[in-house]
Amino acid sequence: MTKESKPTLAARRAFLTKLGGAATCAAAGAAALAAIPGASAKTEPAADGAAFPTKDYDWTKHQWGFGVDATKCIGCLRCVEACKRENDVPANAHQFRTWVERYVHLEGDDEVHIDSQQDPVNIEASGSEKTFRFANRYKDAKVYKAFFVPKLCNHCTHPACVQVCPTGATYRTEDGVVLIDHGYCIGCRYCVQACPYGARYFNEEQGVSDKCTWCYHRITKGLQPACVEVCPVGARIFGDQRDKESPISLFIRNNRVQVLRPETGNAPNVFYVGIDKEVN
Amino acid sequence: MEPVIHFAPYTGWVYPNETVFEWSVLIAVYPYLTGLVAGAFTVSSLYQVFGFERLKPVAHMALLTSLSFMIFVPTPLLLHLGHPERAFNSTITPHLTSAMAMFGFFASFYVALLILEGWFAYRPFIVAQAQKRTDLLGRFYRLLTLGSYDVSEHAMRYDRKWIFALAVIGIPAAHGLHGYVGFMYGSLKSREWWSSDLMPVIFLFSAIISGVSLLAVLYVATCKMRKIAVDLGCLKGLAYTIWAFIMVALVLEGLEFANIVYKGREGVDMIMQYVTGPLLVPYFVLQFGIGAITPFLWLSYMIWRGTSGKALIVGVTICACLVLFSVFMMRWNVVIGGQEISKTGKGLLSYHMPFWGKEGAFMAIALTLAPLGLLYVLTRLFPPWSDAATHAHS
Repeated sequence: MTKESKPTLAARRAFLTKLGGAATCAAAGAAALAAIPGASAKTEPAADGAAFPTKDYDWTKHQWGFGVDATKCIGCLRCVEACKRENDVPANAHQFRTWVERYVHLEGDDEVHIDSQQDPVNIEASGSEKTFRFANRYKDAKVYKAFFVPKLCNHCTHPACVQVCPTGATYRTEDGVVLIDHGYCIGCRYCVQACPYGARYFNEEQGVSDKCTWCYHRITKGLQPACVEVCPVGARIFGDQRDKESPISLFIRNNRVQVLRPETGNAPNVFYVGIDKEVN
Repeated sequence: MEPVIHFAPYTGWVYPNETVFEWSVLIAVYPYLTGLVAGAFTVSSLYQVFGFERLKPVAHMALLTSLSFMIFVPTPLLLHLGHPERAFNSTITPHLTSAMAMFGFFASFYVALLILEGWFAYRPFIVAQAQKRTDLLGRFYRLLTLGSYDVSEHAMRYDRKWIFALAVIGIPAAHGLHGYVGFMYGSLKSREWWSSDLMPVIFLFSAIISGVSLLAVLYVATCKMRKIAVDLGCLKGLAYTIWAFIMVALVLEGLEFANIVYKGREGVDMIMQYVTGPLLVPYFVLQFGIGAITPFLWLSYMIWRGTSGKALIVGVTICACLVLFSVFMMRWNVVIGGQEISKTGKGLLSYHMPFWGKEGAFMAIALTLAPLGLLYVLTRLFPPWSDAATHAHS
């Protein structure tokens, strides 16, 4: 073994010093975050007004897209909880920007059993309307086939919600995201009715419609949407379709993808792999 | 404090966000009021444009009824909005692809048209009152003359031209307004129950029968209140109108339902489960059976037998009340029914209507009856009776 040179030793010492400092900072940071309930799950402040709209972000240079690999989803619902916290979605079991559906075929039963986290049985299992889990309701049954399907706004190319909005408060951005101007929405809920996917809800306290934005405040800073960030199995894929090597471009290229309800002509931009005929 | 979210019980599979009913009974009241406006205007036009002389006793009442109800049309919408103070956003900066954005323009145009036509129709009366009265009301009528006291035959001929022209424009305006309300539902592709090309015409014909029925009831009621004899010719004219249009309305609604069943697209199983279950009574029994087929058969019988006198008055009044009820049920079955069938096509929800509150039953009843209060005031200021010396244009 050769004797290490002085510069190498110095560099290693400097690195260890930095590591120690970083560890101290991380510990202090974690302690501080732990003191704020719910904040520890976040990687960015929920609504940093000063940082949004993001400076130097050029929406003509991106075309965002979302992928769902249903074969990977384990129904842990971390995405649903992360979305609720990140976007201040009302803490109840009736309003969601994203949700997960469970499809179960039982042996000897032709009918598919579908539920989501809002189902009263699942709410009872989770114990509150703030945290979510799927109840183990089929433990005594013989399951023939079962899978989960994450759902969210499809950010359609021809969105029915945008078409019907009487004020133009909801609109499609250049980078392919459907947003709502909460300062201009009159709260007529025509968009909620027009969406064939049930992706919109009405925020009664704010008097406006709301839905998934693909975490626009995050993606314009180069971050991932909260649901994508927390998914432990990579069932949610997000990226720029203009970048041919981005996760979403590779997902679309390497899989036979499909969209929900293509017959509506809405042209969704959430692409699915591994869903069954009952899913719509 | 009552909870903000009233979630709806459901069976089967529904999207999580669907468990909150977003369009309440007020959104059923809105097309109901609009329909009454269009229907009442039809009666006015039948007299003014098509020369149905027998409808003369209700012609002016039809105009006032149309105006009274039109003024209240936006109220259920305003009460429903999350931000009513921003309501004019849709008029100031209308989103041109939105059916709803045009409402403000159509409605404003139609209100202006009604006021103008009413002004011409009542001008001789207004001038007479302005000259006769010296009290505060006299000042009001003097203001309404807009400085024109000319009631010469030449001026009257000029006025009649205007009334005719406005009535002619009013026909497409009133019917366009209501057909467009139907389009607001029919153009949505998210719900099989709404998404139909026939929806605008169904709304239109149900509107006509509801407006004519309202006038029949109002005419009989005002005759009783004023203790004068009911003009049976006029009542028969209204009855014929209801009878003729109810046939079209029934055929259209039957065709609409047959289309849904026969095409049997995705989700039809749930629709069939719905109409034979929760909707059986509101749809088949109340809307069709009691509200439409019964008055149709009853009116047919009276026309066939040449019923006259008290039997005709009672018969037509009851039939008209049934039609008014049927058309409200139609609005209910479209607006509430449409939301009770899940967008998934795999589940059903049930709407619970609160009695009190901004969007409760009491408010719905109050908003439906409120135009009658305004109508009462208007009839005091502008008597629509052709028998009295109103000197209104005839």
